[in-house]
Amino acid sequence: MSARIGIVTFPGSLDDRDAARAVHLAGAEPVGLWHDDTALAGVDAVFLPGGFSYGDALRCGAIARFSQVMDSIKRAAGAGMPVVGVCNGFQVLCESHLLPGALVRNAHLRYRNRPARLRVETDRTAWTRLYEPGTEVVFPAKHGEGRYVADEATLDELERTGRVVFRYLDNPNGSMRDIAGVTNEAGNVVGLMPHPEHAVEALTGPSTDGLGVVASVLTHLSEGVSR
Amino acid sequence: MTRDLNVAVDTVGVADATPDEKQPWAELGLKDDEYQRIREILGRRPTQSELAMYSIMWSEHCSYKSSRVHLRQFGQKNPKTPRLLAGIGENAGVVAIDENIAVTFKVESHNHPSFVEPKQGAATGVGGIIRDIIAMGARPIAVMDSLRFGAIDHPDTARVLPGVVDGIGHYGNCVGLPNIGGETYFDPSYQGNPLVNALAVGVLPRARLQSMQASGTGNVVILLGAKTGLDGIGGVSVLGSASFSENAEDDARPAVQVGDPFTEKLLIEVCLELFDAGLVVGVQDLGGAGLTCALSETAAAGDGGMHVDLELVPLRAEGMEPHDILASESQERMLLIVDPAKAEEVLARSHRWGLLATAIGTVTGSGRLVVDFHGQTVVDVPPKSLADEGPVYHRPLAEPNDLGLISVDRAETLPRPATDEEIRQTVLDMAASPNLCDKSWITEQYDSSVFGNTVLATPHDAGVVRLDERTGVGIAISLDGNGRFARLDPYVGAQLSLAEAYRNVAVTGATPIAISDCLNFGSPEDPHVMWQFERAVTGIADGAQKLGIPVTGGNVSFYNQTGRDAIHPTPVLGVLGVIDDVARRIPLGLGKTGDTIALIGTTLDELSGSEWANVVHGHLGGVPPKVDLDHEMKLAELLARLAGTEQLAAAHDLSEGGLAQAMVEAICHSGLGAQILLPEGADPFTYLFSESSGRVLVVIPRGQELAVRTACEQRGLPITPLGVTDANTDGLHLRDHFDIGRAELEAAWKGRIGARLGE
Repeated sequence: MSARIGIVTFPGSLDDRDAARAVHLAGAEPVGLWHDDTALAGVDAVFLPGGFSYGDALRCGAIARFSQVMDSIKRAAGAGMPVVGVCNGFQVLCESHLLPGALVRNAHLRYRNRPARLRVETDRTAWTRLYEPGTEVVFPAKHGEGRYVADEATLDELERTGRVVFRYLDNPNGSMRDIAGVTNEAGNVVGLMPHPEHAVEALTGPSTDGLGVVASVLTHLSEGVSR
Repeated sequence: MTRDLNVAVDTVGVADATPDEKQPWAELGLKDDEYQRIREILGRRPTQSELAMYSIMWSEHCSYKSSRVHLRQFGQKNPKTPRLLAGIGENAGVVAIDENIAVTFKVESHNHPSFVEPKQGAATGVGGIIRDIIAMGARPIAVMDSLRFGAIDHPDTARVLPGVVDGIGHYGNCVGLPNIGGETYFDPSYQGNPLVNALAVGVLPRARLQSMQASGTGNVVILLGAKTGLDGIGGVSVLGSASFSENAEDDARPAVQVGDPFTEKLLIEVCLELFDAGLVVGVQDLGGAGLTCALSETAAAGDGGMHVDLELVPLRAEGMEPHDILASESQERMLLIVDPAKAEEVLARSHRWGLLATAIGTVTGSGRLVVDFHGQTVVDVPPKSLADEGPVYHRPLAEPNDLGLISVDRAETLPRPATDEEIRQTVLDMAASPNLCDKSWITEQYDSSVFGNTVLATPHDAGVVRLDERTGVGIAISLDGNGRFARLDPYVGAQLSLAEAYRNVAVTGATPIAISDCLNFGSPEDPHVMWQFERAVTGIADGAQKLGIPVTGGNVSFYNQTGRDAIHPTPVLGVLGVIDDVARRIPLGLGKTGDTIALIGTTLDELSGSEWANVVHGHLGGVPPKVDLDHEMKLAELLARLAGTEQLAAAHDLSEGGLAQAMVEAICHSGLGAQILLPEGADPFTYLFSESSGRVLVVIPRGQELAVRTACEQRGLPITPLGVTDANTDGLHLRDHFDIGRAELEAAWKGRIGARLGE
């Protein structure tokens, strides 16, 4: 039986279909989760997709943090369930304090859509364990509020503990220390701004490098945590 | 700010009793005879609300009163095709892709609002066209935009352009639609009248096609989406001002509506869920004329009448009078006609998404559209008199006086670069010019990949979107206009734009099947403008007939004029094509090293209206290049064939800037170099910069040269080998003439827009 990966739809989620396609192409079963429902439908992992949840009211991700489904996800993540947040999903994870730091307006103040060259910095997460550290991947980055910021102590701590997961090779938004994605201490929760789910088919994406994200979590789920 | 609530409502009873009450019909844009006709239709004077409704529905924007007599040509000349499931007169044209799937698309203008308030004007233009697509029962899947601004270095362009791009990007990105292409041009003719034309396309199972009919007595009328406010009321404020307290703040309402893409996204999801569940009898979007238009059009399309209780409309401003509610252009609203047994479920499903849904009336058998406000009847009219029986004008036409002089002022006689060094510099100057330079400063502000079905987007000649992951079937769309050519000859200019959009679709390997148009012109009250309009419409209708693909809908935008200065006549043509397998699409580029570069088509000494004449000489005169639609059809058939057999590695339409610009774009996009040898005896300048129509640069994989040449010869299409793709060549090598390295090409072509806007 293939793994079941829940994909949350908030009002304003946009890349939920893309996430479902990526999960499907990687050989897992996508399961729709609804923002206003605590049920996680027995999923093995959760994908928080991109978009503009609740219209980005107040701040990106600020309202989603208080949704019913996030209560359940926070509890499950605390118990080790793999959770990935992409773009708006990353913003939701930061607002929910599942990940440190925050995502603010791009330094150049505009939305920008460009393929982003990234370096995978670590394989010690549920969502990157199949990547060789140092591997270069290309995922589309498309956002207006993707500049990763945190205080110096937090950034130093992230660097020291190997929790910077993806780093930009051509920083598109002014993110501190070129950070594109980070993980929590346990390595089960990962957030990143660029979109691996848009890099799963040669026909429609800049690469197929994104398949490794879902493939990693499938390996993680089948083999258990072996770090 | 609250209004005086003690103002008596002007009811039908009051109107009956006060036949001589003076009414501001002239201020609302109605002519004397039109006002008299309203009185005849009603057998009394109209109430304030009725007057508001007639003035809106009989306006140029809603009634097409100046254009209608000419637009009839589309119906008369459109080729009959079983693909056409819904055509002109519907919210958007619908064409069948196969036995299961259909596609709907339409292009519409939002020119005037985008000048007044660039960001919101452009944003709500995108929002409006998306709702047209939803109203047909389709899921919107992509947007495109065609933009025209004044001179790039004019200070106002730095206000308008970034705002328009921000508005299109913000709305499209938040609503979650990929922007797959379009065009941006600069010309002083658009200085006070920028053009913002937005196209949306959607896909639907054929069985889900929706109707705007309010039929079935007893069915419930539901208003879905945003609350109704005082925004975008425009001219109707005249009505209120007579009865308001003389407080200036009362009129401080935004003339341009404010868009909320988040609510629009919810509207999409809710409507599609309701359609799929079979809960909707009829649907209409609320667009330019708000409830007035939606109520009268659905009632007119149905077989009975309608009764609405206006006080049930959820409002976001206090003290709104009935005519305000009827005229409001608040965005993100749809009107649904629903079986009463299903109304509860419609409301529940809407609320689940957090979207407001309110029953505001019922379908009746009265044959009248009756609107009550707190129990008092404020509107009682035959709905067809609003929606279908507006005035029709036969405006006078006159060829512009200067056209004869302009046509003999040919660009072919202008001084040309004489030496190789001068031609080389011209290539670079052209690549760096506002109309030809890289537009990624704009297009990077748009999401192009959401949904994961975008196969080609800007800078490819057409956007290509996959419709079905199992079969690979997809569509290609291009949006093209050329106001310079149309200024020289509106008939030929319109056909050149049609031919270009058709060819841009064809170079991806898709087969063109349908047309949508956005007709941007000056004042219809100017006979010269009206003449241009008639010629352009005739050109498009004749062109569609010749090409065998129908015009399925579109939009007319008049009054793009400041004082006596009208814009260049600018018909913008959208062509939709179908491709059986998107994996076989032909991209822009240079293929692989060693591939053959060739030109299909004939290059003549045609420079009038060209970008060279514009950039180098600031010149507009002569007659535009010839159009040969027979040739275009053969070319499209050839390209579709070669795409199907995978015998082309890349292709690129030649248009503004000619061969030189096509090479610059192919080289910059591909990362490879090109070795080019012009045919013997060819004049290098003409060959590089002519804008002769019907030409395509193709890249042929090794081993396929003979097959491609034979396929061209069989169709009587001239093909000329020009050279090879070469990874070891740095940029463009034009043998016996000059070299331009990649770095120099890219430095000229890239980064210009931001730099010129002062960034």
